[in-house]
Amino acid sequence: MKTSVFYGTLAASALLAGAASAQSTLETVQSNGELSCGVSTGLAGFSAPDANGVWQGFDVAVCRAVAAAVLGDPMAVNFVSTTGQTRFSALASGEIDMLARNTTWTFSRDVDLGFTFAGVNYYDGQGFMVNRELGVSSAMELSGATVCIQTGTTTELNLADFFRVNGMDYEPVPIETNAEAQQQYLAGACDVYTKDSSGLAATRASFPEPGNHAILPEIISKEPLGPAVRQGDDQWADIVRWTLNALIAAEELGVTSANIEELAAGTDNPEINRMLGSAGELGAMFGLESDWAVRAISAGGNYGEIFASTIGEQTPIGLARGLNAQWTQGGLLYAPPFR
Amino acid sequence: MSDTHSNTVSYVRDSMLPQQEPPLKDRGAVKWLRENLFSGWLNTVLTLLSILTVWFIIIEIGPWLMNTVWNAGSLRECREILDGTSGACFAVIKDRWHQLMFGFYPPEYYWRPVLAFVLMLVAVAPILFAELPRKMLYFSALFPFVGYHLLWGGSIWLPVAVLLGFVAGYIAFRLLDRMSSLISTLGAVAATLAWWFLLAGPFNAAMTSVLPIGLEFVRSDAFGGFLVSVVIGVSGIALSLPLGILLALGRRSEMIFVKSVCVVFIEFIRGVPLITLLFTASLLLNYFLPPGTSFDLILRVIIMVTLFATAYMAEVIRGGLAALPKGQYEAADALGLDYWKAQRLIIMPQALKISIPGIVNTFIGLFKDTTLVVFIGLLDPIGLSNAIRADTNWNGIYWELFIFIGALFFIFCFSMSRYSQYLERKLKTDHR
Repeated sequence: MKTSVFYGTLAASALLAGAASAQSTLETVQSNGELSCGVSTGLAGFSAPDANGVWQGFDVAVCRAVAAAVLGDPMAVNFVSTTGQTRFSALASGEIDMLARNTTWTFSRDVDLGFTFAGVNYYDGQGFMVNRELGVSSAMELSGATVCIQTGTTTELNLADFFRVNGMDYEPVPIETNAEAQQQYLAGACDVYTKDSSGLAATRASFPEPGNHAILPEIISKEPLGPAVRQGDDQWADIVRWTLNALIAAEELGVTSANIEELAAGTDNPEINRMLGSAGELGAMFGLESDWAVRAISAGGNYGEIFASTIGEQTPIGLARGLNAQWTQGGLLYAPPFR
Repeated sequence: MSDTHSNTVSYVRDSMLPQQEPPLKDRGAVKWLRENLFSGWLNTVLTLLSILTVWFIIIEIGPWLMNTVWNAGSLRECREILDGTSGACFAVIKDRWHQLMFGFYPPEYYWRPVLAFVLMLVAVAPILFAELPRKMLYFSALFPFVGYHLLWGGSIWLPVAVLLGFVAGYIAFRLLDRMSSLISTLGAVAATLAWWFLLAGPFNAAMTSVLPIGLEFVRSDAFGGFLVSVVIGVSGIALSLPLGILLALGRRSEMIFVKSVCVVFIEFIRGVPLITLLFTASLLLNYFLPPGTSFDLILRVIIMVTLFATAYMAEVIRGGLAALPKGQYEAADALGLDYWKAQRLIIMPQALKISIPGIVNTFIGLFKDTTLVVFIGLLDPIGLSNAIRADTNWNGIYWELFIFIGALFFIFCFSMSRYSQYLERKLKTDHR
């Protein structure tokens, strides 16, 4: 009898699900009064709860900006911690409204899994870390090395590709979590630790003697990380995409959390005026109020400010802007015009 | 006293000599050592090896543990304080213990889970110790509702409405009691379900609008750390025992339908790993549930964990039932007891007593299995240790968190084990 009740509930809820999906994501978020945002269960600098239980980090800041743009309150976010396995189904099933969990934008995730990537908030790539005592200065000298590698990730496949292409061999040491990998690497179980270079930097920063370890210059993969939403709700995808673009454009245009009050009143630069809503009706085009971008940027500052406060060179993680600099500075960040 | 020995027969001593101490190797610590540690060359070798092992562990870990830093804001500070020497940094526990205990539960409401925990102990006490007044059992029956309200809060009328369902069932049972036990049981179930599905909702809504009292609502997302482990573990334990008994009886039933349903359920659940059930709870159910109205993840996990433990429990208890001699069943029949009375008075007390080690084993396993929820993104202690490590302040800390978590789990599991041994000794009425 228990099982039949169980399956009866399943069937009934399947019917309800069909009926309820008519509501758009924007309406759902507004009626709930909060944004459900999927983040990782903990990744240094990108998303982690602080001692007071408040989520902090680079990915978290994107969620807060979207919540501020849509609801006017950057704290109106319900953070759902997702693992590598649960993240996609949590998004597909509607448990979360957007996913900001250092997720690589790939063809199959975009096309086959049915998600829309709203842009790229961090350009990452896989790198190698070695102990300086080995005297290795290039990944090309790693032939025969033992490599700590997290299993079940794209990094594992990239590693195999890289060594095959370059005609080298290696011995993998399979590892489950990053914390475990740090212990193994420090204990000397492997010569090399490979991971996204942002993660390597964070890992190295946590070592007792970071100076003894070098991150090799070779980057062997492209990992554009970005927020994702469900396919089929273009209005919502636009909101997330343009919130991210507003953060990037704000840095380019010199709009910061310090001067935004002043600039929102109106400036000589028509693009700033259009973006911040003192001219034109951009917000109304996707169903938000005209000061949406002001609220998004006020939440945590522009892209550069967020970067600096969460993962930048002043933080323990100490990442340089690199590819993540504005296009005017030789990076890849290039927000389309607000027009 | 020289004439005490009236040596009438010269070779007979007719008074006792004063007792002498046993020889040195047969008394005190030496005897104990000889008998327990060095009673043969194999045991001597094993003893020496064990001593060496213990010695090495103390040498390796001792200084590290003794040199503990308790006051620091980050791992870097810890390392500065330690200044190159090896030492543990338990400051992370001091900084984050409230998170490891309560997760993201609002700090101003920490008293609620604490009170719920204390009340749980009070509620469990009369079940565990027969010496306590039986009236306390009323509180035990009430505790699930009190505990739910304390932990989650919200309108007080929701648990009251659910509770009234049982009251309705009881009233129906009393009214129909004269007809037959089958009809009264069916009537009670029907009344309870009718109340829940038809009247509880309107009752709850009406009373909430008239008299909106209750504690501040706390969402399940805020639950974390040991709060999650204990909530899932205790609910699973409390639900799996009665359900397991029913399933075990069902599997031994002669009614083919009841029997096959129970067999299929038990074999299906036992044949699937718990992690699969948890993924089902967290992933598959999402697709069926309407977006936004998702039914609570912790509740889903509790249901799955309970189903899992129930199947194992049923088999443990079936083992106890099978161990009873057939004469016990026949004696019950000869006394003219009906099925339920025979189970309640004769069969179950004996079968459960036999099954105690197995039951507690399942309980302990279930409690430790709650850490598997980390794989579906619930922040139990293990999940929180990851999250804490992701904070730049504590990135790189490892053993201290696991030692703390392990110690707490050990306390829970060891006390369960000790209680079961106490219970076994108390109920040991045979084989004296």
